[in-house]
Amino acid sequence: MPAFIAVVIGFGLIKKIPIFDTFLIGAQEGFKTLYSLAPTMVGLIVAVNMLKASGATDLLCNAVTPIANALGFPKEIVPMVLLRPISGGGSTALLTGIYKDFGPDSFAGMVASVLAGSTETTFYAIAVYFGSVKIKKIRHTLISALAADFTAAVMAVLTVKLILF
Amino acid sequence: MLNYIFAGIIIISLICAIFTGNGPALAQAVVDGAAESVDLLLTMAGMLALWSGIMEIASRGGFTKVFSRMLAPILKHLFKTADKDSKTLNLISMNVSANLLGLGNAATPLGLGAMKELKRLNHDSERASDDMIIFVVMNTASIQIMPTMVGTLRQTYGSTQPFSILPCVWISSACALAVGLTLAKILKTK
Repeated sequence: MPAFIAVVIGFGLIKKIPIFDTFLIGAQEGFKTLYSLAPTMVGLIVAVNMLKASGATDLLCNAVTPIANALGFPKEIVPMVLLRPISGGGSTALLTGIYKDFGPDSFAGMVASVLAGSTETTFYAIAVYFGSVKIKKIRHTLISALAADFTAAVMAVLTVKLILF
Repeated sequence: MLNYIFAGIIIISLICAIFTGNGPALAQAVVDGAAESVDLLLTMAGMLALWSGIMEIASRGGFTKVFSRMLAPILKHLFKTADKDSKTLNLISMNVSANLLGLGNAATPLGLGAMKELKRLNHDSERASDDMIIFVVMNTASIQIMPTMVGTLRQTYGSTQPFSILPCVWISSACALAVGLTLAKILKTK
């Protein structure tokens, strides 16, 4: 990571851009992102915490255990797989929950990390992109995109198993 | 969408807590959750600001343009109508580059611009063109080189190697993208 930062800084020097000023602009954007993210995260982390405390996630996990086991999925990440394409904030809340309960370097934590890194909020992206140009018939977009999400989930388990464990 | 998810989660939790007798735990979860979320945001703030600052330098320096120039010849083969239209192709490859670099804020306006051009190439039809579908599928699959958000979160929660997941992320997203694009190509004949 420090190496990557050095490369970027060096690149900026060659291109003669005011490095620190530019850094400040970007960092401010970072705080703005965080600021706009904050209310969502408060709401969703509370909601996800409630879901866990009520025992609902356990019920869901137990219900899908046979399928999850058959596919070699850690059952702890099933709620996240289901929520990931629908809500970015919601799945981030679930992700932090998994980190807290099992640790970020546990098997479930690793798989959840890979899943979060290799997928997007599919429904949101489709809505924004097609909505912006008023497309009514999206044809086979959703099925292709969801197949990609499913592939990412399967590959997250496989790659973590093969490479990291 | 989020309105229903939020309401749904809370109502399900309440009903579930009544049946499982987890009422007191539920009350505690609300209090803890609210405090925890702010803790998390504060811990993340530093790293997120740092990364945004570094990536801004990369972006100003023209990282995106360099990437975009390398990607254009490859992307050309994926799109049927956009390959002859340099403005559209340029917007598409800039969007893909920004996504690769994790510059979500820059990627979205470029992507919306590309959609507008694709719609023009599709004679302003309300039906999505094959190119649009391929482009949107590319945007629903995450193709980030550095998933900084996940890395930051992992670090916040005490991971010893927050970026050890990188190879897995690359392989998973490449496979996901391949499946998405293949399906988009196959299904278009119908």
